[in-house]
Amino acid sequence: MLERVGGPKARHFFQKEKISLGVFLIPAIVIVLVFSLFPAFYSFFLSFFSWNGFSPTKEFVGLKNYRTALNDPELKNSIIVTLIYSLLVTFISIFLGMMIALALNEDLKGKKLLRLFYFIPVVTPSVASGITWKYLFDPYNGVINSLLKYLNITGPQWLNSTSWALFSVSIVGIWKRIGFCMVIYLAAIQDIPNSYLEAAQVDGATGWHMLRYIKFPLLMPSTFFLIITGLIDAFQVFDLVYTMTNGGPIGATDVLGFLLYRHAFKYFNLGYASIVSLTIFIVLFILSAIQWRYTQGGAKNVG
Amino acid sequence: MSVKRRSPIRKFLLYVFLIIGAFICIMPFLWLITTSLKPSTDIFSEPLLIPTHFYFKNYIEAWNSVPFGKYILNSVLMSVGIVFCQTLFSAMAGYAFARVKFRFRNALFMLFLITMMIPDAVKIIPNFLIVKNLGWYDTYTALIVPRAVSVFAIFLFRQFFLSIPASIEEAAKIEGCGLFRTFFQIILPISKPVIVTNILFSFLFAWNDFLWPLIVTDSEHMRTIQVGLAYFQGRYGIKWELLSAATIFSILPSLAVFLVAQNYFIEGISTSGLKE
Repeated sequence: MLERVGGPKARHFFQKEKISLGVFLIPAIVIVLVFSLFPAFYSFFLSFFSWNGFSPTKEFVGLKNYRTALNDPELKNSIIVTLIYSLLVTFISIFLGMMIALALNEDLKGKKLLRLFYFIPVVTPSVASGITWKYLFDPYNGVINSLLKYLNITGPQWLNSTSWALFSVSIVGIWKRIGFCMVIYLAAIQDIPNSYLEAAQVDGATGWHMLRYIKFPLLMPSTFFLIITGLIDAFQVFDLVYTMTNGGPIGATDVLGFLLYRHAFKYFNLGYASIVSLTIFIVLFILSAIQWRYTQGGAKNVG
Repeated sequence: MSVKRRSPIRKFLLYVFLIIGAFICIMPFLWLITTSLKPSTDIFSEPLLIPTHFYFKNYIEAWNSVPFGKYILNSVLMSVGIVFCQTLFSAMAGYAFARVKFRFRNALFMLFLITMMIPDAVKIIPNFLIVKNLGWYDTYTALIVPRAVSVFAIFLFRQFFLSIPASIEEAAKIEGCGLFRTFFQIILPISKPVIVTNILFSFLFAWNDFLWPLIVTDSEHMRTIQVGLAYFQGRYGIKWELLSAATIFSILPSLAVFLVAQNYFIEGISTSGLKE
Protein backbone atom coordinates (compact mmCIF):
# COMPACT_ATOMS: atom_id res chain seq x y z
CA MET A 1 0.00 0.00 0.00
CA LEU A 2 2.65 2.49 1.04
CA GLU A 3 4.75 1.50 -1.94
CA ARG A 4 1.91 2.48 -4.19
CA VAL A 5 1.31 5.81 -2.51
CA GLY A 6 5.01 6.51 -2.68
CA GLY A 7 4.94 6.04 -6.41
CA PRO A 8 7.82 5.13 -8.62
CA LYS A 9 9.80 8.34 -8.04
CA ALA A 10 10.05 8.00 -4.27
CA ARG A 11 13.28 6.58 -2.96
CA HIS A 12 13.56 5.28 0.53
CA PHE A 13 16.51 5.08 2.81
CA PHE A 14 17.01 4.87 6.55
CA GLN A 15 13.85 2.88 7.17
CA LYS A 16 14.87 1.61 10.57
CA GLU A 17 16.04 4.89 12.04
CA LYS A 18 12.88 5.82 13.88
CA ILE A 19 14.58 8.04 16.45
CA SER A 20 16.58 10.03 13.91
CA LEU A 21 13.46 10.48 11.83
CA GLY A 22 11.70 11.86 14.88
CA VAL A 23 14.48 14.39 15.44
CA PHE A 24 14.23 15.46 11.81
CA LEU A 25 10.48 15.95 11.84
CA ILE A 26 9.44 16.91 15.35
CA PRO A 27 10.52 20.59 15.31
CA ALA A 28 8.57 21.16 12.10
CA ILE A 29 5.52 19.24 13.29
CA VAL A 30 5.37 20.98 16.67
CA ILE A 31 5.75 24.48 15.27
CA VAL A 32 3.25 23.95 12.46
CA LEU A 33 0.66 22.38 14.75
CA VAL A 34 1.00 24.87 17.58
CA PHE A 35 1.51 28.13 15.70
CA SER A 36 -0.35 27.49 12.46
CA LEU A 37 -2.97 24.76 12.50
CA PHE A 38 -4.26 25.17 16.04
CA PRO A 39 -4.61 28.97 15.68
CA ALA A 40 -6.85 28.58 12.65
CA PHE A 41 -9.30 26.52 14.68
CA TYR A 42 -8.89 28.64 17.78
CA SER A 43 -9.81 31.81 15.88
CA PHE A 44 -13.04 30.15 14.85
CA PHE A 45 -13.66 29.09 18.47
CA LEU A 46 -12.97 32.60 19.77
CA SER A 47 -15.49 34.13 17.41
CA PHE A 48 -18.31 32.74 19.61
CA PHE A 49 -17.04 34.47 22.72
CA SER A 50 -16.80 37.90 24.18
CA TRP A 51 -13.34 38.19 25.72
CA ASN A 52 -10.68 40.80 26.31
CA GLY A 53 -7.82 38.31 26.52
CA PHE A 54 -7.04 39.14 30.15
CA SER A 55 -10.01 38.16 32.30
CA PRO A 56 -9.92 34.51 33.38
CA THR A 57 -13.32 33.67 31.89
CA LYS A 58 -14.59 34.02 28.36
CA GLU A 59 -18.27 34.74 27.98
CA PHE A 60 -20.02 32.54 25.42
CA VAL A 61 -22.20 34.78 23.27
CA GLY A 62 -23.18 32.40 20.48
CA LEU A 63 -23.70 34.17 17.19
CA LYS A 64 -23.79 37.67 18.67
CA ASN A 65 -20.43 38.65 17.13
CA TYR A 66 -21.61 37.41 13.76
CA ARG A 67 -24.83 39.42 13.98
CA THR A 68 -22.82 42.50 14.93
CA ALA A 69 -20.51 41.90 11.98
CA LEU A 70 -23.37 41.70 9.50
CA ASN A 71 -24.60 45.15 10.52
CA ASP A 72 -21.23 46.75 11.11
CA PRO A 73 -20.63 49.69 8.75
CA GLU A 74 -16.94 49.71 9.72
CA LEU A 75 -16.44 46.11 8.64
CA LYS A 76 -18.34 46.75 5.42
CA ASN A 77 -16.18 49.80 4.76
CA SER A 78 -13.02 47.82 5.46
CA ILE A 79 -14.00 45.07 3.04
CA ILE A 80 -14.61 47.60 0.27
CA VAL A 81 -11.41 49.53 1.02
CA THR A 82 -9.35 46.33 1.09
CA LEU A 83 -10.86 45.11 -2.16
CA ILE A 84 -10.12 48.40 -3.93
CA TYR A 85 -6.57 48.46 -2.59
CA SER A 86 -5.92 44.84 -3.54
CA LEU A 87 -7.29 45.18 -7.07
CA LEU A 88 -5.40 48.42 -7.72
CA VAL A 89 -2.09 47.13 -6.42
CA THR A 90 -2.32 43.69 -8.00
CA PHE A 91 -3.38 44.68 -11.50
CA ILE A 92 -1.43 47.89 -11.93
CA SER A 93 1.80 46.29 -10.70
CA ILE A 94 1.24 43.36 -13.05
CA PHE A 95 0.65 45.67 -16.00
CA LEU A 96 3.69 47.83 -15.28
CA GLY A 97 5.85 44.85 -14.34
CA MET A 98 5.05 43.21 -17.66
CA MET A 99 5.77 46.39 -19.63
CA ILE A 100 9.12 46.80 -17.90
CA ALA A 101 10.04 43.15 -18.36
CA LEU A 102 9.20 43.29 -22.07
CA ALA A 103 11.26 46.45 -22.45
CA LEU A 104 14.17 45.06 -20.44
CA ASN A 105 14.18 41.97 -22.60
CA GLU A 106 15.32 44.04 -25.56
CA ASP A 107 18.96 44.41 -26.45
CA LEU A 108 19.80 47.42 -24.26
CA LYS A 109 22.83 48.60 -22.37
CA GLY A 110 22.57 49.04 -18.60
CA LYS A 111 19.83 46.41 -18.28
CA LYS A 112 21.25 44.96 -15.09
CA LEU A 113 21.39 48.32 -13.34
CA LEU A 114 17.82 49.18 -14.35
CA ARG A 115 16.61 45.80 -13.15
CA LEU A 116 18.34 46.44 -9.84
CA PHE A 117 16.66 49.83 -9.43
CA TYR A 118 13.23 48.36 -10.10
CA PHE A 119 13.82 45.61 -7.59
CA ILE A 120 15.13 47.68 -4.67
CA PRO A 121 11.64 48.69 -3.41
CA VAL A 122 10.72 44.99 -3.12
CA VAL A 123 13.37 44.39 -0.46
CA THR A 124 12.84 47.68 1.38
CA PRO A 125 11.12 47.28 4.76
CA SER A 126 7.50 48.35 4.47
CA VAL A 127 7.71 50.51 7.61
CA ALA A 128 10.52 52.53 6.06
CA SER A 129 8.64 52.68 2.76
CA GLY A 130 5.49 53.98 4.41
CA ILE A 131 7.36 56.61 6.41
CA THR A 132 9.31 57.84 3.39
CA TRP A 133 6.30 58.08 1.09
CA LYS A 134 4.31 59.83 3.76
CA TYR A 135 6.78 62.68 3.49
CA LEU A 136 6.87 62.59 -0.29
CA PHE A 137 3.07 62.93 -0.19
CA ASP A 138 3.12 65.86 2.24
CA PRO A 139 0.70 68.36 0.65
CA TYR A 140 2.76 71.46 1.52
CA ASN A 141 6.44 70.53 1.65
CA GLY A 142 6.46 67.12 0.00
CA VAL A 143 8.46 66.42 -3.13
CA ILE A 144 5.45 65.43 -5.22
CA ASN A 145 3.44 68.58 -4.69
CA SER A 146 6.57 70.73 -4.95
CA LEU A 147 7.24 69.20 -8.36
CA LEU A 148 3.63 69.74 -9.39
CA LYS A 149 3.93 73.36 -8.30
CA TYR A 150 6.77 73.85 -10.78
CA LEU A 151 4.33 72.69 -13.44
CA ASN A 152 1.74 75.12 -12.04
CA ILE A 153 -0.48 72.33 -10.82
CA THR A 154 -1.93 72.44 -7.33
CA GLY A 155 -1.43 68.90 -6.06
CA PRO A 156 -4.14 67.11 -4.10
CA GLN A 157 -4.05 66.63 -0.35
CA TRP A 158 -2.95 63.00 -0.92
CA LEU A 159 -3.03 61.17 2.42
CA ASN A 160 -5.11 63.88 4.09
CA SER A 161 -7.91 63.65 1.59
CA THR A 162 -10.66 61.05 1.86
CA SER A 163 -10.83 60.68 -1.90
CA TRP A 164 -7.05 60.43 -2.50
CA ALA A 165 -5.73 58.60 0.57
CA LEU A 166 -6.50 55.05 -0.54
CA PHE A 167 -5.11 55.74 -3.98
CA SER A 168 -1.93 57.18 -2.42
CA VAL A 169 -1.36 54.12 -0.25
CA SER A 170 -1.97 51.95 -3.32
CA ILE A 171 0.76 53.82 -5.18
CA VAL A 172 3.22 52.72 -2.49
CA GLY A 173 1.92 49.15 -2.65
CA ILE A 174 2.38 49.19 -6.43
CA TRP A 175 5.85 50.73 -6.11
CA LYS A 176 6.84 47.90 -3.78
CA ARG A 177 5.51 45.18 -6.05
CA ILE A 178 6.47 46.15 -9.60
CA GLY A 179 9.96 44.67 -9.24
CA PHE A 180 8.60 41.33 -8.15
CA CYS A 181 6.25 41.13 -11.15
CA MET A 182 9.10 42.19 -13.39
CA VAL A 183 11.38 39.39 -12.20
CA ILE A 184 8.68 36.76 -12.64
CA TYR A 185 7.93 38.00 -16.17
CA LEU A 186 11.60 38.27 -17.12
CA ALA A 187 12.09 34.62 -16.24
CA ALA A 188 8.96 33.63 -18.15
CA ILE A 189 9.88 35.64 -21.25
CA GLN A 190 13.25 33.94 -21.37
CA ASP A 191 11.45 30.61 -21.45
CA ILE A 192 9.52 31.46 -24.63
CA PRO A 193 11.14 29.34 -27.32
CA ASN A 194 12.87 31.46 -29.93
CA SER A 195 11.50 29.24 -32.66
CA TYR A 196 7.95 30.50 -31.92
CA LEU A 197 8.98 34.10 -32.43
CA GLU A 198 11.04 33.31 -35.51
CA ALA A 199 8.20 31.34 -37.05
CA ALA A 200 5.82 34.22 -36.39
CA GLN A 201 8.27 36.62 -37.96
CA VAL A 202 8.56 34.48 -41.06
CA ASP A 203 4.78 34.62 -41.30
CA GLY A 204 5.01 38.41 -41.24
CA ALA A 205 3.74 39.02 -37.69
CA THR A 206 4.22 42.57 -36.42
CA GLY A 207 5.50 43.43 -32.95
CA TRP A 208 1.96 43.90 -31.67
CA HIS A 209 0.82 40.59 -33.11
CA MET A 210 3.70 38.77 -31.48
CA LEU A 211 2.80 40.38 -28.19
CA ARG A 212 -0.89 39.72 -28.51
CA TYR A 213 -0.85 36.18 -29.93
CA ILE A 214 2.41 34.70 -28.70
CA LYS A 215 3.81 36.47 -25.68
CA PHE A 216 0.57 37.21 -23.78
CA PRO A 217 -0.76 33.66 -23.99
CA LEU A 218 2.60 32.15 -23.04
CA LEU A 219 2.88 34.53 -20.10
CA MET A 220 -0.58 33.60 -18.82
CA PRO A 221 0.65 31.16 -16.14
CA SER A 222 2.89 33.90 -14.72
CA THR A 223 0.09 36.42 -14.86
CA PHE A 224 -2.21 34.03 -13.07
CA PHE A 225 0.40 33.36 -10.39
CA LEU A 226 0.93 37.10 -9.93
CA ILE A 227 -2.79 37.82 -9.67
CA ILE A 228 -3.32 35.25 -6.95
CA THR A 229 -0.19 35.99 -4.92
CA GLY A 230 -0.78 39.72 -5.39
CA LEU A 231 -4.32 39.55 -4.06
CA ILE A 232 -3.23 37.34 -1.15
CA ASP A 233 -0.47 39.77 -0.18
CA ALA A 234 -2.46 42.95 -0.69
CA PHE A 235 -5.45 41.63 1.20
CA GLN A 236 -3.36 41.49 4.36
CA VAL A 237 -1.78 44.93 4.06
CA PHE A 238 -1.05 46.47 7.42
CA ASP A 239 2.37 48.12 7.77
CA LEU A 240 1.81 50.76 5.10
CA VAL A 241 -1.52 51.81 6.56
CA TYR A 242 -0.12 51.83 10.08
CA THR A 243 2.77 54.12 9.15
CA MET A 244 1.03 56.35 6.60
CA THR A 245 -2.59 56.97 7.59
CA ASN A 246 -3.63 55.01 10.68
CA GLY A 247 -6.69 53.96 8.70
CA GLY A 248 -7.82 57.54 8.13
CA PRO A 249 -8.98 60.01 7.12
CA ILE A 250 -12.45 58.95 8.31
CA GLY A 251 -11.82 55.30 7.52
CA ALA A 252 -10.74 55.94 3.93
CA THR A 253 -7.79 53.55 4.29
CA ASP A 254 -9.14 51.39 7.11
CA VAL A 255 -8.16 48.04 5.57
CA LEU A 256 -9.18 44.74 7.17
CA GLY A 257 -5.69 44.15 8.57
CA PHE A 258 -5.86 47.45 10.40
CA LEU A 259 -9.42 46.90 11.61
CA LEU A 260 -8.30 43.53 12.96
CA TYR A 261 -5.37 45.14 14.75
CA ARG A 262 -7.59 47.78 16.35
CA HIS A 263 -10.22 45.34 17.57
CA ALA A 264 -7.66 42.85 18.88
CA PHE A 265 -4.90 45.01 20.31
CA LYS A 266 -6.49 48.42 20.93
CA TYR A 267 -10.06 47.61 21.99
CA PHE A 268 -9.17 44.09 23.21
CA ASN A 269 -12.30 42.73 21.67
CA LEU A 270 -10.87 39.36 20.67
CA GLY A 271 -14.14 37.68 19.74
CA TYR A 272 -15.05 40.33 17.23
CA ALA A 273 -11.48 40.63 15.99
CA SER A 274 -11.57 36.92 15.24
CA ILE A 275 -14.52 37.51 12.92
CA VAL A 276 -12.50 40.13 11.05
CA SER A 277 -9.63 37.65 10.73
CA LEU A 278 -12.02 34.95 9.50
CA THR A 279 -13.30 37.37 6.85
CA ILE A 280 -9.73 37.71 5.58
CA PHE A 281 -9.33 33.95 5.83
CA ILE A 282 -12.40 33.17 3.74
CA VAL A 283 -11.38 35.48 0.91
CA LEU A 284 -7.79 34.22 0.89
CA PHE A 285 -8.89 30.61 1.18
CA ILE A 286 -10.98 30.95 -1.95
CA LEU A 287 -8.05 32.55 -3.78
CA SER A 288 -5.63 29.86 -2.60
CA ALA A 289 -8.07 27.13 -3.56
CA ILE A 290 -8.30 28.54 -7.07
CA GLN A 291 -4.54 28.59 -7.32
CA TRP A 292 -4.30 25.12 -5.83
CA ARG A 293 -6.66 23.73 -8.42
CA TYR A 294 -4.97 25.50 -11.24
CA THR A 295 -1.42 24.52 -10.40
CA GLN A 296 -2.25 21.36 -8.44
CA GLY A 297 -0.38 23.11 -5.63
CA GLY A 298 2.71 20.95 -6.00
CA ALA A 299 0.56 17.90 -5.27
CA LYS A 300 1.79 16.26 -8.41
CA ASN A 301 5.21 16.18 -6.81
CA VAL A 302 4.05 14.38 -3.70
CA GLY A 303 5.73 11.03 -3.34
CA MET B 1 15.71 36.84 -28.20
CA SER B 2 17.02 36.73 -31.70
CA VAL B 3 14.42 39.03 -33.19
CA LYS B 4 16.36 42.11 -34.31
CA ARG B 5 15.54 44.94 -36.72
CA ARG B 6 15.18 47.66 -34.09
CA SER B 7 14.87 51.28 -35.12
CA PRO B 8 16.90 53.80 -33.09
CA ILE B 9 13.78 55.79 -32.25
CA ARG B 10 12.18 52.76 -30.75
CA LYS B 11 15.27 52.11 -28.69
CA PHE B 12 15.33 55.69 -27.51
CA LEU B 13 11.70 55.53 -26.40
CA LEU B 14 12.35 52.30 -24.53
CA TYR B 15 15.22 53.99 -22.69
CA VAL B 16 13.08 56.98 -21.80
CA PHE B 17 10.34 54.72 -20.46
CA LEU B 18 12.75 52.54 -18.49
CA ILE B 19 14.78 55.39 -17.07
CA ILE B 20 11.76 57.41 -15.94
CA GLY B 21 10.37 54.28 -14.29
CA ALA B 22 13.65 53.46 -12.60
CA PHE B 23 13.96 57.04 -11.39
CA ILE B 24 10.52 56.88 -9.78
CA CYS B 25 11.53 53.63 -8.12
CA ILE B 26 14.65 55.03 -6.48
CA MET B 27 13.47 58.62 -6.01
CA PRO B 28 12.31 57.96 -2.41
CA PHE B 29 15.82 56.78 -1.53
CA LEU B 30 17.42 59.83 -3.09
CA TRP B 31 15.04 61.98 -1.11
CA LEU B 32 15.91 60.14 2.12
CA ILE B 33 19.63 60.62 1.58
CA THR B 34 19.43 64.32 0.72
CA THR B 35 16.98 65.09 3.53
CA SER B 36 19.10 63.28 6.08
CA LEU B 37 22.07 65.44 5.09
CA LYS B 38 20.35 68.82 5.38
CA PRO B 39 20.36 71.04 8.44
CA SER B 40 16.84 71.38 9.85
CA THR B 41 16.59 74.97 8.62
CA ASP B 42 16.86 73.89 4.97
CA ILE B 43 14.30 71.10 5.03
CA PHE B 44 11.21 73.05 4.08
CA SER B 45 12.76 75.85 2.09
CA GLU B 46 14.43 73.63 -0.48
CA PRO B 47 12.48 70.39 -0.74
CA LEU B 48 14.08 69.22 -3.97
CA LEU B 49 17.62 70.47 -4.07
CA ILE B 50 20.76 68.68 -3.16
CA PRO B 51 22.07 69.97 0.18
CA THR B 52 24.50 72.87 -0.10
CA HIS B 53 26.65 71.52 2.69
CA PHE B 54 26.57 68.02 4.02
CA TYR B 55 25.35 67.88 7.56
CA PHE B 56 26.19 64.48 9.01
CA LYS B 57 25.21 65.48 12.53
CA ASN B 58 21.62 64.38 11.86
CA TYR B 59 22.75 60.77 11.93
CA ILE B 60 24.45 61.22 15.29
CA GLU B 61 21.52 63.11 16.73
CA ALA B 62 19.00 60.54 15.48
CA TRP B 63 21.15 57.68 16.76
CA ASN B 64 21.38 59.25 20.21
CA SER B 65 17.78 60.34 20.61
CA VAL B 66 16.46 56.79 21.07
CA PRO B 67 18.38 53.53 21.64
CA PHE B 68 18.78 52.61 17.97
CA GLY B 69 21.81 50.47 18.78
CA LYS B 70 19.65 48.31 21.01
CA TYR B 71 16.87 48.13 18.40
CA ILE B 72 19.32 46.98 15.77
CA LEU B 73 20.84 44.44 18.13
CA ASN B 74 17.34 43.08 18.82
CA SER B 75 16.62 42.84 15.12
CA VAL B 76 19.93 41.09 14.53
CA LEU B 77 19.32 38.56 17.32
CA MET B 78 15.78 37.90 16.13
CA SER B 79 16.81 37.59 12.50
CA VAL B 80 19.73 35.29 13.25
CA GLY B 81 17.49 33.10 15.39
CA ILE B 82 14.79 32.90 12.75
CA VAL B 83 17.21 32.32 9.90
CA PHE B 84 19.09 29.60 11.76
CA CYS B 85 16.00 27.73 12.95
CA GLN B 86 14.08 28.08 9.69
CA THR B 87 16.97 26.83 7.63
CA LEU B 88 17.94 23.93 9.87
CA PHE B 89 14.46 22.68 10.76
CA SER B 90 13.05 23.18 7.30
CA ALA B 91 15.99 21.43 5.67
CA MET B 92 15.70 18.48 8.06
CA ALA B 93 11.97 18.14 7.53
CA GLY B 94 12.38 18.62 3.79
CA TYR B 95 14.94 15.83 3.73
CA ALA B 96 12.71 13.48 5.70
CA PHE B 97 9.86 14.15 3.27
CA ALA B 98 12.12 13.63 0.28
CA ARG B 99 14.05 10.56 1.31
CA VAL B 100 12.67 8.71 4.32
CA LYS B 101 9.74 6.35 4.06
CA PHE B 102 7.37 6.54 6.99
CA ARG B 103 3.72 6.07 7.70
CA PHE B 104 1.40 8.93 6.68
CA ARG B 105 4.23 10.72 4.96
CA ASN B 106 2.11 12.03 2.12
CA ALA B 107 -0.78 12.90 4.40
CA LEU B 108 1.53 14.87 6.67
CA PHE B 109 3.11 16.67 3.75
CA MET B 110 -0.32 17.62 2.39
CA LEU B 111 -1.32 18.88 5.83
CA PHE B 112 1.78 21.07 5.86
CA LEU B 113 0.99 22.44 2.42
CA ILE B 114 -2.57 23.22 3.51
CA THR B 115 -1.28 25.28 6.44
CA MET B 116 0.37 27.55 3.88
CA MET B 117 -3.14 28.72 3.04
CA ILE B 118 -3.75 29.98 6.58
CA PRO B 119 -3.05 33.71 6.47
CA ASP B 120 -1.05 35.40 9.22
CA ALA B 121 -4.09 37.51 10.02
CA VAL B 122 -5.91 34.41 11.35
CA LYS B 123 -2.97 33.20 13.38
CA ILE B 124 -2.06 36.44 15.03
CA ILE B 125 -4.59 36.55 17.90
CA PRO B 126 -4.21 32.88 18.94
CA ASN B 127 -0.43 33.11 18.64
CA PHE B 128 -0.42 36.20 20.79
CA LEU B 129 -2.46 34.34 23.44
CA ILE B 130 -0.20 31.26 23.25
CA VAL B 131 2.92 33.36 23.64
CA LYS B 132 1.41 35.26 26.56
CA ASN B 133 0.30 32.08 28.34
CA LEU B 134 3.71 30.49 27.92
CA GLY B 135 5.22 33.54 29.62
CA TRP B 136 7.12 34.52 26.48
CA TYR B 137 5.58 37.96 26.07
CA ASP B 138 8.25 40.63 25.59
CA THR B 139 11.09 38.09 25.13
CA TYR B 140 13.29 36.95 22.25
CA THR B 141 11.60 33.55 22.44
CA ALA B 142 8.32 35.17 21.39
CA LEU B 143 10.05 36.84 18.48
CA ILE B 144 11.74 33.68 17.22
CA VAL B 145 9.99 30.43 18.13
CA PRO B 146 6.61 30.93 16.43
CA ARG B 147 8.47 31.59 13.17
CA ALA B 148 11.12 28.88 13.63
CA VAL B 149 9.75 26.76 10.79
CA SER B 150 8.61 27.77 7.34
CA VAL B 151 6.47 25.39 5.35
CA PHE B 152 7.45 27.16 2.18
CA ALA B 153 11.11 26.48 2.99
CA ILE B 154 10.33 22.83 3.72
CA PHE B 155 8.75 22.63 0.28
CA LEU B 156 11.76 24.25 -1.39
CA PHE B 157 14.23 22.00 0.39
CA ARG B 158 12.19 18.90 -0.41
CA GLN B 159 12.11 19.80 -4.09
CA PHE B 160 15.85 20.34 -4.06
CA PHE B 161 16.60 17.04 -2.27
CA LEU B 162 14.36 15.15 -4.70
CA SER B 163 16.59 16.38 -7.50
CA ILE B 164 19.75 14.94 -5.93
CA PRO B 165 20.67 11.59 -7.52
CA ALA B 166 19.87 8.70 -5.21
CA SER B 167 23.22 7.09 -5.97
CA ILE B 168 24.81 9.52 -3.52
CA GLU B 169 22.80 8.11 -0.66
CA GLU B 170 23.26 4.58 -1.87
CA ALA B 171 27.00 5.09 -1.68
CA ALA B 172 26.64 6.59 1.79
CA LYS B 173 24.60 3.62 2.87
CA ILE B 174 27.26 1.19 1.71
CA GLU B 175 29.78 3.20 3.70
CA GLY B 176 27.54 2.64 6.70
CA CYS B 177 26.32 6.20 7.17
CA GLY B 178 23.09 6.69 9.05
CA LEU B 179 20.49 9.36 8.49
CA PHE B 180 22.31 11.99 10.55
CA ARG B 181 25.72 11.57 9.00
CA THR B 182 24.35 11.31 5.48
CA PHE B 183 22.35 14.48 5.93
CA PHE B 184 24.90 16.66 7.70
CA GLN B 185 28.09 15.43 6.09
CA ILE B 186 27.04 14.51 2.56
CA ILE B 187 23.76 16.18 1.64
CA LEU B 188 24.07 19.61 3.28
CA PRO B 189 27.48 20.41 1.78
CA ILE B 190 26.13 19.86 -1.73
CA SER B 191 22.98 21.90 -1.02
CA LYS B 192 24.62 25.31 -0.78
CA PRO B 193 22.49 27.11 -3.41
CA VAL B 194 19.18 26.26 -1.80
CA ILE B 195 20.57 26.98 1.67
CA VAL B 196 21.88 30.39 0.64
CA THR B 197 18.60 31.28 -1.06
CA ASN B 198 16.69 30.24 2.01
CA ILE B 199 18.96 32.19 4.36
CA LEU B 200 18.51 35.32 2.25
CA PHE B 201 14.74 35.08 2.06
CA SER B 202 14.29 34.31 5.74
CA PHE B 203 16.65 37.10 6.73
CA LEU B 204 14.76 39.61 4.66
CA PHE B 205 11.45 38.41 6.04
CA ALA B 206 12.72 38.64 9.62
CA TRP B 207 14.44 41.99 9.30
CA ASN B 208 11.49 43.68 7.61
CA ASP B 209 8.80 42.12 9.80
CA PHE B 210 6.72 44.59 11.77
CA LEU B 211 3.32 43.46 13.06
CA TRP B 212 4.41 40.46 15.13
CA PRO B 213 7.25 42.27 16.96
CA LEU B 214 4.87 45.19 17.46
CA ILE B 215 2.33 43.12 19.37
CA VAL B 216 4.57 40.73 21.32
CA THR B 217 7.02 43.30 22.64
CA ASP B 218 6.22 45.97 25.15
CA SER B 219 9.31 47.44 26.78
CA GLU B 220 11.51 49.81 24.84
CA HIS B 221 14.60 47.61 25.21
CA MET B 222 12.86 44.74 23.37
CA ARG B 223 11.83 46.74 20.28
CA THR B 224 13.15 45.68 16.91
CA ILE B 225 14.38 48.30 14.49
CA GLN B 226 11.09 48.38 12.56
CA VAL B 227 9.03 48.82 15.70
CA GLY B 228 11.49 51.34 17.07
CA LEU B 229 11.36 53.31 13.85
CA ALA B 230 7.56 53.39 13.88
CA TYR B 231 7.62 54.79 17.44
CA PHE B 232 10.34 57.21 16.43
CA GLN B 233 8.08 58.47 13.67
CA GLY B 234 5.35 59.10 16.24
CA ARG B 235 7.67 61.09 18.49
CA TYR B 236 10.01 62.85 16.08
CA GLY B 237 7.75 62.92 13.02
CA ILE B 238 8.09 66.66 12.56
CA LYS B 239 11.90 66.44 12.44
CA TRP B 240 12.25 65.23 8.87
CA GLU B 241 16.03 65.28 8.90
CA LEU B 242 16.23 62.99 11.94
CA LEU B 243 13.49 60.67 10.75
CA SER B 244 15.10 60.22 7.35
CA ALA B 245 18.44 59.43 8.98
CA ALA B 246 16.71 56.90 11.24
CA THR B 247 14.87 55.37 8.28
CA ILE B 248 18.19 54.84 6.57
CA PHE B 249 19.38 52.84 9.62
CA SER B 250 16.48 50.46 9.14
CA ILE B 251 16.89 50.08 5.39
CA LEU B 252 20.66 49.62 5.17
CA PRO B 253 20.94 46.01 6.38
CA SER B 254 18.23 44.68 4.01
CA LEU B 255 19.65 46.68 1.16
CA ALA B 256 23.21 45.58 1.85
CA VAL B 257 22.26 41.92 1.98
CA PHE B 258 20.26 42.29 -1.21
CA LEU B 259 23.02 44.11 -3.09
CA VAL B 260 25.63 41.54 -2.12
CA ALA B 261 23.45 38.61 -3.11
CA GLN B 262 21.11 40.05 -5.72
CA ASN B 263 21.55 37.24 -8.20
CA TYR B 264 20.54 34.68 -5.61
CA PHE B 265 17.43 36.71 -4.85
CA ILE B 266 16.37 37.26 -8.39
CA GLU B 267 17.05 33.68 -9.43
CA GLY B 268 15.46 32.41 -6.23
CA ILE B 269 12.26 34.30 -6.98
CA SER B 270 12.11 33.40 -10.62
CA THR B 271 12.68 29.69 -10.04
CA SER B 272 10.78 29.15 -6.80
CA GLY B 273 7.98 31.49 -7.73
CA LEU B 274 6.56 29.53 -10.57
CA LYS B 275 8.08 26.38 -11.83
CA GLU B 276 7.18 23.99 -9.04
